[in-house]
Amino acid sequence: MLQLNNIEVMYDRVILVLKGLSLKVPQGRIVALLGSNGAGKTTTLKAISGLLTAEDGEVTDGSIVFKGEEIHGMEADKIVRKGIFQVMEGRRVFEHLTVEENLLAGAFTRRDRAVVKGDLQLVYEYFPKLKQLRHRTAGYLSGGEQQMLAIGRGLMARPEMMLLDEPSLGLAPLLVQEIFEIIEQINRNEGTTILLVEQNANIALSIAHYGYIMENGRIVLEGTVDKLKRNEDVQEFYLGLSELGQRKSYREVKHYKRRKRWL
Amino acid sequence: MTFFLQLVVTGLVVGAVYAMVALGFVLIYKSSDVINFAQGELLLVGAYTCWTLVAVYHVPFLLAMAVSICVSLFLGIAIERMVLRSFINEPVISVIMATLGLSSAMRGILQVIWSTDTKTFPEIFPSAPVIIGPIAVSRVYLYSLFISLAMLVIFSLFFKYSNMGIAMRATADDQQAALSMGISVKVIFAATWAIAAVVAGIGGILLGNINGVNPSLSHIGLTVLPVAILGGLDSIPGAILGGLFIGVLESLSGGYLDPLLGGGVKEVAPFVVLVLILMIRPYGLFGQEIIERV
Ligand SMILES: Nc1ncnc2c1ncn2[C@@H]1O[C@H](COP(=O)(O)OP(=O)(O)O)[C@@H](O)[C@H]1O
Ligand SMILES: [Mg+2]
Repeated sequence: MLQLNNIEVMYDRVILVLKGLSLKVPQGRIVALLGSNGAGKTTTLKAISGLLTAEDGEVTDGSIVFKGEEIHGMEADKIVRKGIFQVMEGRRVFEHLTVEENLLAGAFTRRDRAVVKGDLQLVYEYFPKLKQLRHRTAGYLSGGEQQMLAIGRGLMARPEMMLLDEPSLGLAPLLVQEIFEIIEQINRNEGTTILLVEQNANIALSIAHYGYIMENGRIVLEGTVDKLKRNEDVQEFYLGLSELGQRKSYREVKHYKRRKRWL
Repeated sequence: MTFFLQLVVTGLVVGAVYAMVALGFVLIYKSSDVINFAQGELLLVGAYTCWTLVAVYHVPFLLAMAVSICVSLFLGIAIERMVLRSFINEPVISVIMATLGLSSAMRGILQVIWSTDTKTFPEIFPSAPVIIGPIAVSRVYLYSLFISLAMLVIFSLFFKYSNMGIAMRATADDQQAALSMGISVKVIFAATWAIAAVVAGIGGILLGNINGVNPSLSHIGLTVLPVAILGGLDSIPGAILGGLFIGVLESLSGGYLDPLLGGGVKEVAPFVVLVLILMIRPYGLFGQEIIERV
């Protein structure tokens, strides 16, 4: 459904952040894009959604194809109309608007205004908490409620594909669990294809079908979730399941070797 | 007492027009942090267009007003397209400078077309005043008050409930997040300028009917600056209250202090109060609170 071929992204015409990145997101799937801080995950999503231009970033090479159409270079609002919606990192709710107004803002590009009312109910079914809070000013919601609102706002656009940027960021583990279950339900019930960016590999791989791991602007590893979970490097660096704990002296060397192998 | 009430009523009428014009000012500030110094010239465009249609071409007043509103609308969009869009991604101060330049350029053009003589509207409203209790209010004042208040109500509802209104407030809150919803910032800015030009145009027409039209009408563009700042530059209800307040203040100081001090107080009073209020409340009386969660 979505295909990135060898894309390069530069900020301010000098800083090369993505260095030939390729990935595929098949229709109806949840694909996880994992990597540590600064790897270029957010940049990848913004390259897809067209939000890079607002930050003086530019896709300088490669192609971005959505449903057979090149979308690289399109304006962000047009890309939303094509069916791709990015739920930005850090929630970014409209603080001075109410919860319901935030949701309506998410439906801005919809032509079928009559159906939008019903979609509000749909969002409230996924997130009953938001229904109670619907006249509350969004800026005063808790972090978890704001994350629900951010995802709900995405649902309101009825996108074919959602790009989620670190929905677990700064939330308590129990809440993260709840939100990821809902993401999985949205994928299953609405058929929304999801590209999920996370630092929290454990939780991301618990709902994803396929995963990519990126470092320094490149994909260093990819595979089905089972394959990734079995991979020793992933276990050690991303899942925190090191079995080499006892052999401390070797560890630094191993680290080095592993990194070498990826690059 | 009658004199006082008379002054208050006059002040409220003019203040309602100020509030409406200030609304345009606040909108532009809210959506783009830009202070629009050309607001006064937008007033003149509406006033001159309507005057020309009515006085020169004998077009019925309401039709003339409708045409002037359309002219203002397209002018607002054109300004955004041709002048301001080239400043996208430039610092806000450059855009503010651009509106200053625009203001001078427009003033020059307007003077070439309409000269600097005062143009008076033919009598449109019946001249017999309406007697309300102890005071007599001329009809042009009542109609002006009614039209300004109606516009304020319409725009308040528009911002509160329409999709475009919600999108405009969303953009004012977080431009990039708005973009991620598919809200085109260009469209929002164009709508903002269109509305600002329309409310200024209507304000120009109303004040033109009261006092005649000449370039000094554009000073209202400056007077709404204290109005907007008083209310908090980013607050629409603040602009409304600020407008009424400044209108009454001007009227009272003009009525009581000008005769004693030999004139000029009326023009200065809003700025004096502005300075006083800013010393106490730097964000204006109704400036938007910054939400901080812990
Ligand atoms: N607007 C920007 N201008 C310049 N450099 C940026 C900008 N945004 C991100 N970067 C740089 O790009 C790299 C990748 O950032 P990002 O995509 O945000 O990573 P991640 O989301 O994986 O943490 C970082 O080194 C960051 O400093
Ligand atoms: Mg990021």
